[in-house]
Amino acid sequence: MAGFHNEHEPLGGSILSKTTIICGILAFIAVVLLAKRMVLGLGAVTNLNNGYPWGLWIVYDVVIGTAFACGGYAMAVLTYILNKGEYHPLVRPALLASCFGYTLGGISIVFDLGRWWNAWHILVPGYMQTNSVMFEVALCVMAYILVLWVEFAPTLLTRFKLLHLRKKLDRVLFVFIALGVLLPSMHQSSLGTLLVVMGYQIHELWQTPILPLLFLMSAITMGFSIVVFEALLGAGGFHRSVRHEMPQLGKLAAIIRTMMIVYLVVRFGDLAVRGALGAIFTSGIKSVMFLIEIALFATPVVLFSSPSKRASKKFLWIGACCLLLAGALYRLDAFLVAYQTGAGWSYFPSVQELLVTIGIIAAEILLYIVFVRKFPVFYTHKLTPAELAAAHTK
Amino acid sequence: MSVNRRDFIKGAAGGGAALATAAVVSVPSPAQARPNLEMSPNAVGLLYDSTLCVGCKACVAGCKEANGLPADVNTDDALWDTPLDIGPKTYNVIKLYADGTADHKDQEKDGFAFIKKSCMHCVDPSCVSVCPVSAMTKDKQTGIVGYNADICIGCRYCVASCPFGVPQSEFDTPTPKIRKCEMCRHRQAEGKIPACAEVCPTGATIFGPLTAITEEINRRRAMKAGEANVFERRTLGSGDTHERPAAQYVNHVYGETEVGGTQFRHMAGVPFDKLGYPNLREKSFASESEGIQHTLYKGLIAPALVLGGLVWAAKRASHIDDEHPEE
Amino acid sequence: MYDDSAAKFETDVETRFGVSRRDFLKFCAAMAATMGLPKGADAQIAAAITKKERPSVIWLHHQECTGCSESLLRSEHPTLEKLILDIISLDYHETLFAAAGHQAEAARKAAMEKNKGKYILVVEGAIPMKDGGIYCKIGGQTSYELTKEVAADAAAIVAVGSCASWGGMPSTPPNPTGSTGVAEALGRKDVVTIPGCPPNPYNILATIVHFLTFGALPKVDELGRPTFAYGRLIHDNCERRSHFDAGRFALEFGDPGHRKGYCLYKLGCKGPETYANCPSILFNDVGTGSWPVGTGHPCIGCTEKHIGFEKPIHALATLKTNPPTSYPRIVEEQGAGASLAAAAVVAGVAGLAIGAGMKIAGNLGKSETTDGE
Repeated sequence: MAGFHNEHEPLGGSILSKTTIICGILAFIAVVLLAKRMVLGLGAVTNLNNGYPWGLWIVYDVVIGTAFACGGYAMAVLTYILNKGEYHPLVRPALLASCFGYTLGGISIVFDLGRWWNAWHILVPGYMQTNSVMFEVALCVMAYILVLWVEFAPTLLTRFKLLHLRKKLDRVLFVFIALGVLLPSMHQSSLGTLLVVMGYQIHELWQTPILPLLFLMSAITMGFSIVVFEALLGAGGFHRSVRHEMPQLGKLAAIIRTMMIVYLVVRFGDLAVRGALGAIFTSGIKSVMFLIEIALFATPVVLFSSPSKRASKKFLWIGACCLLLAGALYRLDAFLVAYQTGAGWSYFPSVQELLVTIGIIAAEILLYIVFVRKFPVFYTHKLTPAELAAAHTK
Repeated sequence: MSVNRRDFIKGAAGGGAALATAAVVSVPSPAQARPNLEMSPNAVGLLYDSTLCVGCKACVAGCKEANGLPADVNTDDALWDTPLDIGPKTYNVIKLYADGTADHKDQEKDGFAFIKKSCMHCVDPSCVSVCPVSAMTKDKQTGIVGYNADICIGCRYCVASCPFGVPQSEFDTPTPKIRKCEMCRHRQAEGKIPACAEVCPTGATIFGPLTAITEEINRRRAMKAGEANVFERRTLGSGDTHERPAAQYVNHVYGETEVGGTQFRHMAGVPFDKLGYPNLREKSFASESEGIQHTLYKGLIAPALVLGGLVWAAKRASHIDDEHPEE
Repeated sequence: MYDDSAAKFETDVETRFGVSRRDFLKFCAAMAATMGLPKGADAQIAAAITKKERPSVIWLHHQECTGCSESLLRSEHPTLEKLILDIISLDYHETLFAAAGHQAEAARKAAMEKNKGKYILVVEGAIPMKDGGIYCKIGGQTSYELTKEVAADAAAIVAVGSCASWGGMPSTPPNPTGSTGVAEALGRKDVVTIPGCPPNPYNILATIVHFLTFGALPKVDELGRPTFAYGRLIHDNCERRSHFDAGRFALEFGDPGHRKGYCLYKLGCKGPETYANCPSILFNDVGTGSWPVGTGHPCIGCTEKHIGFEKPIHALATLKTNPPTSYPRIVEEQGAGASLAAAAVVAGVAGLAIGAGMKIAGNLGKSETTDGE
């Protein structure tokens, strides 16, 4: 395994660019605003209120952010569990994005927690409340962040030339890989279960006992999509050739299509069983949001049904983007648009709240750029495709 | 070693089976969902009778005094304590239903009615079910839903999940707490009754064991509208009574069945959906959520099985890596 | 009347009433204010009062305690008994009269004869109707006969006090003497009632002065009560109202809330269902708090039939007031919607993202041929 990873190397190049400077500034603004939140309280920065106690930070930074960060999870399933070695080149970049996504998600939870200094209580057996979905999510996310960094550790150990440590790690890495599949399966589905207890407060187009299944399926699909997205973005942003990765990306697209067909069948089947189909057209703005969401989910199904489009970078890109938007919108809808705690309450994120989220995204992009330039993340493709294939099938 | 097709398929099958298990157990079977929690035989509660309420807000003021709450100012002159709703500074509030000319009390059309909003002290409370750190608790004896800020992490899941919108978080301080009615448990510990019931001049809010409250509800249900009846004040059995004609009640006592029952019951002359109380089913939301959660994670058996399969599959894959020829 | 010479007016008032001109005008202004009359009415009142001819008043007493007369006499500012005796010609008053027996009755008859159709009849006390009205007799006549006789030629009839208004205390169930008010006994609807136990002397005086000045009785409600005095709930003008609104109640006589002057609703105050101007004009001109609630006793609703003397003092009042607007509604708008800036930021980011996505899609499309398979 050790040698295998040496096929990765840093992209090199200068860290300073227009993109990184803008990201740095946005991240700095977020830091200032978060400091303000720490001194004056959540109300000074956010529009959170008791009708909408969870706002943009929870929904974007945690729920959507971690779903975007499911690339590592999805690729681990493919590469290590389903034993598809051909996807190996896509694992490391996906893992890196997952590391940042989850770590920043975890950090932003701390800023959203009202009494963050008590957060360690989740780990105290006397305080643990195992009936709570939140408890399970919190525990899983904490554990998964650790697991992700362990999974990513070989990259860092290689960079810092700690090869003996790496050898030791490699021997037990499979346990962490297994955990790295189990934990996200648990909490990505539980992010959906979080809403079940809210009952009638979530609109019937979204509220269902199978929320965990829908959240899990969409999270895995988003994981595959983010891999496609990142590979093609890398092709644009870092002028990397994705020539060698295209066959795998095409296959991922086929998987995405199949999963989305199943997802949509389950989703509409559930609506039919619950007798909520009528609500699709009679719920005002919620209907509009629902239809946009479904249209975005359905776009990759249509696009990726054609083999020629699966081989086209442009259509892969569009399909992946649509699916990511769909998954994000699904979560935004379920947590905020569909949520109504009682008449009279309204919420829309404040500018400062938005700037923090934008800053966190900027920080993620910034760190990702730094890492891929300085650490061996991307596959080098110095081997010919034939050699590569030989290496894998040997 | 090369991976032959057979091994590859075996590996794929193992990992696939593990994932499939995870996916399948995600679908809850209703049979395994737990039933609603039962009420403690020693449960205490409150009864609010909208037809007796004169809207004096003594309960609001009494509550503030008993719980040391500040004024909740919502007018420009900032002269009065004018809470719009329950909030971090207000544990109970009297709201006004008014229709048309609002001439007649306890009448739906062209009438008006008062209604109290505060913690319902559910028998199977969502807030307790969702709290990750047991900061929100239900007393096993009294059934009072209490809160401990020293444990609370401030995730506000209780705020989001409560079907009545009761727990209220503070947003204007770096050290926010959840605020809600705890049925004056600190006063009850001193042998007193909740302040809202103590100060109510008409007995519209009355305290007592839930068995007595149920009896009182049945007594009031049997009353004929317009006939003089004796109503107690403060607590059932207090002997502090006054007499007045009974009003026409709607045939619905709010809190008897809603989300598995509540220990705060409401009677009124106007339908409850008009008074801001949602129509709720009998099955508690907590039982549904916990049902799903425990179906998946009971004793961590399912996750352990899945993990076993995953480890096996991952081990296979890493063996392939180990023997990768590239060094 | 007084416009020919201010000096003459001054002398006139001072000699006739024994008060300064200034005090007299203050009294007239007070009367106008009590009745809620517009500016200028005080001058009219002054003119009416200073007329040489004083209207004849015949004051009858039936089942009562004379508290109404006593209250009237104790008005201090200005010395009302002086004014009332000098403004009007009180030709018959059983308790104030120096005369007695046949002499008194003769005076009444003479006054009635002399001022036929012009005198004012004031009735104090309930009229017993049971058993032919034998339970109260004056000079051999029953109350009913006497009242009927005097009322026949009266220009106006004023029922003073709760007893004369509807029967008051003597009519409290089981009402053994069948006592009732003047209007009901006589079957007349034009009787002005000034209920109260006792009624505020200003309300009596103002009603009479109104008649003197305008030649007509003031506007009354369906119970015959002048609306200037009985148009508003005690609750609405009560100085303890803020305690009610804030939910601060005296729970027992002498408890801390009672001593702090909290609302007396829970002690049975009938202010919320009683119409009277007690909290506004107070009693006896001795300053603030000189009315029942001001002294710490709940209003007993003495101006309201079926409440005063009938509903137990401790029984809770039924709030007659329409709900005030100071309550939160069932649905209150809370939280913040989208600000323009926030919406702009969201729109900007979305636009930027979509634009970038399209651009990348375009680039990828172009590179399809060069970088493709």
